[in-house]
Amino acid sequence: MESTGIVLGFWLLSGVTVASALLVFLSRNLLHAVLALVLSFLGMAGLFVTLSADFIAVAQVLIYAGAISVLLVFAVMLTPLASRDNANSLFVLPGVLIGAAFAGIVGFVAIDVDWPELTGKAVLGRDFTTTVQGIGSALLDPYVLAFEIASVLLLSALVGAIVLVREDEPA
Amino acid sequence: MSVTLAHYLAVSGVVFGIGIAVALSKRNAIAVLMGVELMLNAVNLTFLAFSRFSAAFSENSAPIAGHVFVVFVLTVAAAEAAVALAMAVLVYRRRETVDLDRINLMRW
Repeated sequence: MESTGIVLGFWLLSGVTVASALLVFLSRNLLHAVLALVLSFLGMAGLFVTLSADFIAVAQVLIYAGAISVLLVFAVMLTPLASRDNANSLFVLPGVLIGAAFAGIVGFVAIDVDWPELTGKAVLGRDFTTTVQGIGSALLDPYVLAFEIASVLLLSALVGAIVLVREDEPA
Repeated sequence: MSVTLAHYLAVSGVVFGIGIAVALSKRNAIAVLMGVELMLNAVNLTFLAFSRFSAAFSENSAPIAGHVFVVFVLTVAAAEAAVALAMAVLVYRRRETVDLDRINLMRW
């Protein structure tokens, strides 16, 4: 039996995450939608903590709630003449239908399938005292090729973003 | 009442569905990107939930592999956000709009 703190935390954090994700869709102001997205990222980081993933939770707060949301706010501010009303296009009905159908199917499968999962005391045995050491040695031993490819990807994304938005120099 | 794998998968499915709805039905290119970020987040939650609850791990595939995969998803998401927002700014410079309904340069 898990502690009541974990159960309470799960319901609270998943409520915050889902509600603020809905707010991203429903908000009438693009900046409010960005703020709701940040709240959703933070709730998701809390859910990661309840899954005993401390390093990923901190990385989520740093990268998503910190860096990517700053990028989004920058992009909104750099497009001052664009509309900020977070309006829907003509595809709103099919979009909502597909999203609802997907959520319904995944929810049904998640509840209906009898997953080969650990329960009770066995899950608590899965608790990491720290995940940083495990992730570090996994990154540099079995996944070192993927790690290097990811670094090349980040470099090319950096250079690509700079090249894309560079002002044309006068010839 | 305890929290099981199914709870996390259901939350992840709902967030992914909301991400699909945002990405498909918003006009602003930046809002569409926000929907994509929501979907990536939901996938990360699925990875971590399976890493904690699944009984199918052996000595060769430790549960930490799920965490490593999430690290790579975070990396790719950051790169994707940087390039996509640069493209949004570029399109805005040319057209003074990021409205996806009005970006029709490639329409015949």
